[in-house]
Amino acid sequence: MITKKRSLPIGTSILSLIVVIGLTIMIIRFVNGLGAISNLSDGRAWGLWISFDLYCGVALAAGGFTLAGAVYIFNLKKYQPVVRPAILTAFLGYLLVILALLVDLGQPWYIWHILINWNVHSPLFEVGMCVMCYTVVLALEFSPTVFEGLSKSNLPVVRRINWNIPWRVIRSIQIPLVIAGVVLSTLHQSSLGSMMLMMPSTLHALWYTPILPILFLTSAIAVGPAMVIFESTLSTRVFGHKLGMDVVSGMAKAIPYILGLYLILKIIELTSVGEIGLIFTAYPQNLLWWGEIIIGVITPIILFSLPEVRQNRSAVFWTSVLVIAGLIFNRFNVSMLALGMRPGYFYFPHWMEFAISVCLVADALLVIWLAHRFLPIAHYEQAAEAKT
Amino acid sequence: MSTAVLFDANRCIACRGCQAACKQWNENDEDIPTEENGVLSKNRGSYENPPQLSARTWTRIRFTELEENGKFQWVFTKLQCMHCEHPACVAACPVGALQKTPEGPVVYDDTKCFGCRYCMLACPFGIPTFQWDSPIPWIRKCNFCVDRLGAGLEPACVQTCPTNALEMGERDELIAEARRRIETSPDKYVNHIYGEKEAGGTSWLYISPVPFEKLGLPTLGPEPVTVDAERAIGAVPPVLLGVAAAMTGIYWIFKRRDKIGREKAGEKEEVTK
Repeated sequence: MITKKRSLPIGTSILSLIVVIGLTIMIIRFVNGLGAISNLSDGRAWGLWISFDLYCGVALAAGGFTLAGAVYIFNLKKYQPVVRPAILTAFLGYLLVILALLVDLGQPWYIWHILINWNVHSPLFEVGMCVMCYTVVLALEFSPTVFEGLSKSNLPVVRRINWNIPWRVIRSIQIPLVIAGVVLSTLHQSSLGSMMLMMPSTLHALWYTPILPILFLTSAIAVGPAMVIFESTLSTRVFGHKLGMDVVSGMAKAIPYILGLYLILKIIELTSVGEIGLIFTAYPQNLLWWGEIIIGVITPIILFSLPEVRQNRSAVFWTSVLVIAGLIFNRFNVSMLALGMRPGYFYFPHWMEFAISVCLVADALLVIWLAHRFLPIAHYEQAAEAKT
Repeated sequence: MSTAVLFDANRCIACRGCQAACKQWNENDEDIPTEENGVLSKNRGSYENPPQLSARTWTRIRFTELEENGKFQWVFTKLQCMHCEHPACVAACPVGALQKTPEGPVVYDDTKCFGCRYCMLACPFGIPTFQWDSPIPWIRKCNFCVDRLGAGLEPACVQTCPTNALEMGERDELIAEARRRIETSPDKYVNHIYGEKEAGGTSWLYISPVPFEKLGLPTLGPEPVTVDAERAIGAVPPVLLGVAAAMTGIYWIFKRRDKIGREKAGEKEEVTK
């Protein structure tokens, strides 16, 4: 315990340093334009921020709606202990997406234009609306935790407020909130796939398919539990709240079914349009395809099907890492590597693009650390019981 | 009936008057190589210059050297916004900053755009460009000189073209004219009007002595590139209602099963959720 307490401030000060560097770069960006801090060009108008922060960020936030849906709608109560961390991560994931967009958009101060100028035919309009609505839903879903934290605080004004009232209000609309979260996530995860449907001539045939929205949704549902396993294992190491093995292996058991469905959809689609041969002939893109399928789909299906893997905490953790890595690989393929560029251009992210993305992740880690210190995240059940 | 322009690669002599006229009319002179602009001219091994379309170069001539039927050909292609009949940029723009006017031009509205650059990725011709160096950046592309059209003038590039390689007119009439030229001299043209059907048709039409893929123009089917996205967006309302109904139904079933189970077990405990 003593070593842990000492190591935390070092970690947080490194994170804070990264955040300061990122903020400095953002100042450069807003003074000198996007060209000053990125290698983006007319040939490659979307780069690392869209692929990593938007595409991966949204998919990796899928733990929030999958777990909230499993617990509150499908009544799988044993997963209750992971709902709060999952919703917190999803909420932070979405805040990160918004922060990344504030850097990536040319004129983020006009982002409210999307509220008054609707182009309902645009997949990006759907994405924007879903981001906004779902962030609000996630904030509300997470708010009871904050109210519980505030009701225990000793701050002068805060302690005089009866935090039970907003807590009860939110709890009374919890089920509609969870349903809204599932609906918005379904639309949002799939709409990121719809966005690529505008690019039939530039996205490689191995990835371009009219069912891309369905593939995006399915892979996001599969990565949801994997992400929850990943985070809870890490937070066990840092904060020391251990999850029950039945919870971990239960989530691990669900993943192969979803990934299996995903793989079948992918193969059937390629076969039905007669493009299955491309997985052998379309060198070098087929290597990317095999990479994401072997790392993120086939290997996890095999490993998670083995009971001895599901009973071993570190095996479950590392297999979840594979699922997550495969999903990141897939989103990078679709939104960057397999997407054609205008002729005569080359793109590799500028170091400041990496720095911005790292800075945003560091932001999230700091908030998670603060939340675990000051809010009842993992001691969910005790806190809830104390209230009711 | 909409306005269109026909480009005849057999008539183009690559004087690049269209490039200069475009820059002059649209006041895009920042990267013209002068000392005040701080831009040096650079030998890129070709007369082709500038090397790419950009926020300050809305049209340019591409020089293609190739051998066709055992004969050397030097073919020039004018690049600019194609002003599609079913523009992907217009469908992509979340705020409707890009619009297809009934007269033909695809126009852009600064006051709506927030710089997401989706239009740049959606465009199958790779046309819209972005002001990467500006802290207040906008999308820029050829706007068909919509301000000149409104005053009854031809676009600057068309007006300046000395060889009539560019001609403005009604789209249907220009297609008929292009077909007539191809039929009159089939040895001088490939039998293909680029833009008549590509991606659902464009307002700029091309005829050429060599196949268009050799000029670097993208090979596109007759379907607009937006069809799959439209279908996906059309599925949103039913999916929204369907998922909401399914989730409510599943919640109700499980809750009821839970309640019955508890009653059977003799527990009078209230269901907390």
